[in-house]
Amino acid sequence: MSKLRDALDVGQFVVTGEVAPPHGTDLGAMLASVDRIAPYCHAINVTDNQGATLHLSSLAASRAVLEAGSEPIFQQTCRDRNRLALQSDLLAAWTLGLENVLIVTGDDPRGGDHPKAKGVFDLDSTQLLEVARGLNEGVDMNGAPLDGGCDFLLGAAAFPEAEPSDIQLERALQKIEAGARFFQTQAVMDVDVFAERAAVLREAGAKVIAGVLLLKSARVIRFINERLAGLMVPEHLAKRITESPNPLEEAVELATEQVVALRDVVDGVHIMPLGADEALVSIVEGAGLA
Amino acid sequence: MIITKPRDFSRIIANLEGIGAKRVFLMGCGQCATVAKTGGEPELEAMAAQLRDAGYEVTGWAVGEVACHLGGTKLETRKRVGDIAAADAVLVLSCGAGVQTVADSVDRPVFPGLESVFLGNVIRAGVFEERCQTCGDCVLDLTAGICPVTTCPKGLLNGPCGGMWDGMCEVLTDRECAHVRIRRRLAEQGRVAAKVVPPKDFSAKLKPGSLSLREERRRDARKRHDVTQGGRS
Repeated sequence: MSKLRDALDVGQFVVTGEVAPPHGTDLGAMLASVDRIAPYCHAINVTDNQGATLHLSSLAASRAVLEAGSEPIFQQTCRDRNRLALQSDLLAAWTLGLENVLIVTGDDPRGGDHPKAKGVFDLDSTQLLEVARGLNEGVDMNGAPLDGGCDFLLGAAAFPEAEPSDIQLERALQKIEAGARFFQTQAVMDVDVFAERAAVLREAGAKVIAGVLLLKSARVIRFINERLAGLMVPEHLAKRITESPNPLEEAVELATEQVVALRDVVDGVHIMPLGADEALVSIVEGAGLA
Repeated sequence: MIITKPRDFSRIIANLEGIGAKRVFLMGCGQCATVAKTGGEPELEAMAAQLRDAGYEVTGWAVGEVACHLGGTKLETRKRVGDIAAADAVLVLSCGAGVQTVADSVDRPVFPGLESVFLGNVIRAGVFEERCQTCGDCVLDLTAGICPVTTCPKGLLNGPCGGMWDGMCEVLTDRECAHVRIRRRLAEQGRVAAKVVPPKDFSAKLKPGSLSLREERRRDARKRHDVTQGGRS
């Protein structure tokens, strides 16, 4: 009964948002955020120890989102669990009513708050997609039949604008082959370049939900350019925000323009407001999606 | 070769103080630790001087041919039996394998003088890089002779991951992404990348590893014998 699946199936333009579980056990702030953005989203990603920093598990937090009446996308990284734990958590997710799963590699522990941790990576994201597809077919990764299987909507991450683009696309196509039905992408910087590459993935049968990041301040742009390798904000966008008398408003306007431009070329947008939930609401309303 | 680096001197002193040792015998290794410039003759002389400065007596030192070779190390320690008997402890400047071999060869407490860091390629004199994890399940046939298990910081068999930018690694930002290199070399050689490299067999590298060519020879001989006997009956 995944609403996300239904919406993607009928070709509706979807909106997904994102919340982070707490560093602790108080779910209050996360659920308040869910309350604010859920009316504007088809589903909400629940991150899994994002940035390799400790948070309450995505499994429990996803269930909490579901109980709060919204639809979660359970994120699972390959960083913290071996193949037994990954399969076991996926089976658990299904019994907890979690139908959407986003499978990603996960950031390396040396960039997080537990840099002495062992990065597990027993499976990589492509292999885990294959395993999850197997669970959907009623077998574990050894091919042994399960006593009750799953029917997940499986998603993966992609970075269409990264160079070398041929290698990047080859890699994303490999994920489709492994079982990915939708992609949630890294933040779009150039809509034209993005659209051209997303078209290849859509032709291969996957739905593409484009990442839209709220570049809300000079600090955020600096952080992205310096700390998050893999996301480089081009000069003209950085200038537009930093030279604006009201960077947050300008960022909302930029994101809204991106969403409008993306409407005709992809299957949805994944809005990352970096804590500014009100901005997500403004973007969705501004783009005429509410 | 096994790459080693000096162990924090304060830890060595703490180890010696822990058993109240005052006299120390030093052992090095003529193989890897000599090439790594951590456990050859010059390094043993330097360690001896450092220990004397710290108030210890050095009863002698020896650099055997290969510290991890049990027969050779036993022979070497027998040659120096008097100096070792005069010591309260033996400090070994070799990899952990050599330290354990010495520990099996002498009756004195043995301490590590180095940290063992990786199985390394010698890029040029004094420059070493890790290229192989000795995983027992080689994928170099699929990956154009570039090991992703070792050279991708996450050890991903399928990549690049989402952090690759401009062909560079997101974890070690001054390096090219291993998976970009793999795919490029495969393409240059007209080879097709594997659709999905399957999960690794970690049982191929269960601890502790052991291999006996003698036992294998015996098994083969038995098999040949059985076949011959079977043919006759």
